[in-house]
Amino acid sequence: MRAVRVVEGRGVPLGRSDVDTDQIIPSEWLKRVERTGFGRGLFSEWRDDSQFVLNQAAYQGANILVAGPRFGTGSSREHAVWALMDYGFEAVIAPSFGDIFRNNSSKQGLVTVQLANGDVDELATLITHDPSIHIVIDVEHLRVEVPANNWLRPFLLDPMIRERLLNGWDDIGLTLRHVDAIDRFEATVASPSLEGLFDAAGHLRS
Amino acid sequence: MAGRTLYEKIWDAHVVASPDGEPTIIYVDLHLIHEVTSPQAFDGLRLNHRRVRRPDRTLATADHNVPTDPVATPVNDPVSRRQLEALDENCHEFGVTLFPRGHENQGIVHVIGPELGVTQPGMVVVCGDSHTSTHGAFGALAFGIGTSEVEHVLATQTIPQQRAKTMAVNVDGTLPLGTTAKDLVLAIVARLGTGGGAGYVIEYRGSAIRALSMESRMTVCNMSIEAGARAGLVAVDETTIDYLRGRPAVPTGPDWDRALERWRDVVSDADAVFDAEVNLQAQDIVPYVTWGTNPAQVVALTGVVPSPDDAMDADERESTARSLAYMGLTPGTPMMDVALDVVFIGSCTNSRIEDLRAAAAVAGGRRVASGVRALVVPGSHRVKRQAESEGLDRVFLDAGFEWREPGCSMCLGMNPDQLAPGQRCASTSNRNFEGRQGRGGRTHLVSPAVAAASAIEGHFAVPAVVR
Ligand code: SF4
Repeated sequence: MRAVRVVEGRGVPLGRSDVDTDQIIPSEWLKRVERTGFGRGLFSEWRDDSQFVLNQAAYQGANILVAGPRFGTGSSREHAVWALMDYGFEAVIAPSFGDIFRNNSSKQGLVTVQLANGDVDELATLITHDPSIHIVIDVEHLRVEVPANNWLRPFLLDPMIRERLLNGWDDIGLTLRHVDAIDRFEATVASPSLEGLFDAAGHLRS
Repeated sequence: MAGRTLYEKIWDAHVVASPDGEPTIIYVDLHLIHEVTSPQAFDGLRLNHRRVRRPDRTLATADHNVPTDPVATPVNDPVSRRQLEALDENCHEFGVTLFPRGHENQGIVHVIGPELGVTQPGMVVVCGDSHTSTHGAFGALAFGIGTSEVEHVLATQTIPQQRAKTMAVNVDGTLPLGTTAKDLVLAIVARLGTGGGAGYVIEYRGSAIRALSMESRMTVCNMSIEAGARAGLVAVDETTIDYLRGRPAVPTGPDWDRALERWRDVVSDADAVFDAEVNLQAQDIVPYVTWGTNPAQVVALTGVVPSPDDAMDADERESTARSLAYMGLTPGTPMMDVALDVVFIGSCTNSRIEDLRAAAAVAGGRRVASGVRALVVPGSHRVKRQAESEGLDRVFLDAGFEWREPGCSMCLGMNPDQLAPGQRCASTSNRNFEGRQGRGGRTHLVSPAVAAASAIEGHFAVPAVVR
C-alpha cells in the first residue's frame, strides 16, 4: 500500500447516516474475481438518481467523502473499501464508523477521520456553499483544515493505524519489515522446493 | 524440560520472527492454490506491484468449479468460467505451476499434493481452503487460510500466526471388520462436537491410527476442521515413509537418506504433554451416517432417527427439531429405511484409489437401484487413471454408476453437479450443511462402502462384508 502523509483535495457531502457496507457496494458485486473496478458499483442503488450528490457536476473529481454517523457498518466485506478507493476517494470523514470497515480501511490506506457531529456538519455546510474549497487532512499531525476559511480541527487516530498509513504498511508491509529474517530463514529451509520438477506446461520433467 | 509435541516441533522449526505484541511469523514450505480463493489475492499483488516470492513453493490446480463432464464440454456458468480463466492468467503472469481442467496432474487440491509427494513430513502447508487439514496425515502442519492471507503468503512466503493449543485424540484397539476411517472420524467429530476442537491442533494417536493406511489417515485428518480444530496431525512412521518412497516430488539418493533422518523425528516426544486428551476405543466404532445438518449429528447405520426429546437441553432440542425438519426425517425411523435419490462417491475426504476400490468391491456385479442417480468422481486424474487400469471404471459403469472427470463435484454447489431441492443424498464428502450440495438438498455423510451399498439398495444399507 502507498504511504499517506497528507490527503488534500475537494470534498463531497454524502448527507446520510447509517450507510452500511451493502449500500456502499451491493452483494451482487462480490462474485467478481478482481480487486479493481468496484468503483462502478459504489453506492449503486443511488447512482441512477441524477440528483444524487456523486452525479452532480460540482463534485466530480472530489476525493474526500464527508458522511453521517455510523458509516460502514454491516458485513466485513473488504469490497466496500475497494469500491471507495477505486472510485477515487482517499479519505472518509464521519462522526463514527463501523469497526471492521475502519480496520479494513487502515489495511488498504483509506484514511478514516472521526470528528464530532457538529464539526462534520460545519464542514459539510462549507462544502455545500462552495464545492471547490480545498481540504487538507494531515495524517502526520492529525488535523483537518480548510485553509481558505481558517477552519481547523484536530482528530484522533489509533497510533498503530497512523504508523501504518505514514509508512505505507499493510499486513504484508508489516511482515516485510522482517524481510531480512525471511531471507536468513530461507537459506536454512530443509524441505525441497518444486524447482525443476515440472515443465512450463505442468508436466513432470522426468 | 518436558518433551515437545509434534505440533510444537514443527512450529519451533518455522519461526521466522516473533515481534513484540504481534503474531509470530511462520515460514510456509508449500502453498497450494485453487481458483476460488486466489483471484483477489493476485489482484492485490498487482495493485501493490508485488511479485510471488516463491513460485517454486506454490502449486495451483482447478477443482471447485470444474464441471466433471468430459473435458471437451464447455464451462457454461459465467462466474465459474471467469474464475478458471483468472487462475490461468494469474499463474501464467506470476510463474506459478498450474494444473488446469483436463491436465494429467489436475485434481482436488488436497488429493494432488499428497499423491505427487509435494506434501512432506515436517512441512508447513497452507491453502485457501479449510480442508487443508488433510495434509496433516503426513506429519505436516497444514491449515486453511483466507484470501487476504493467500495474498500475504504469495508475497512473503510466511503467515502471521498465534500458537494453538494441542489435543491428543487417542484411538486404541482394532477397528471391527467393515468399519472404516470415515466411520472413525465421524465418531470423533460426534464425540468432540463441531466446536470441541476450537483453538486446538489435534494429533491422532494410538494403535488404531497406526494401523491405518495413509489414505485412511488423510480421511481422518480431513475432517479435523469439522470438529473446529485448526489442523490435524499424524506422526511419521513406516507407513508414511513407504507411501512417500518413489513419489515424483520426493527426494532420491543421498537426499532421500537426509530426508528420512529429518522425517523420523516428526513425532511427539514420549514425555510430551498435550493441553487436552480424548480417548476412544476402536472396537466401539460401527458404520455411521449423519442424520442432521452438521457433521456431529451422527447415528449408527443400524440405529434410528433421533428425537428432539432425546436432547440434553432446550438448545439442542431446538436444533435437532430444525435439522429434522430440513432433512425431512421422522424420529424413530430406522436409518436403513430411509430412501435415497442420489449417491455421491468423491471429495477430498473419500475420492482416492482405496476409497474407489472399497466402493467397487461392494458394487461389483450388482445394479444401482432404479430411480437412484449414483456418481463416482475420482479425486484426480492420477486416481482416475489408476482406477481405470484396475478396471474399476467398468465395475462402476456396469453397475449403473456414472464415472466422471475429477473435481470437487457434488461436495459443494459450485459446479453443475448439484442436488435438486428436497433430494436426499448419501455422500462420502465432509459437510452436510443446509444447501451445501445444492439449495434444499439433503446430505447424509457416509463411508464409500456404505455409499455403494446404499446405491444398490436404494436406501441406507450395510455393506455385504459385515452382514
Ligand atoms: S472436495 Fe469439497 S471439501 Fe474438498 S476441497 Fe473440494 S469443495 Fe472443499
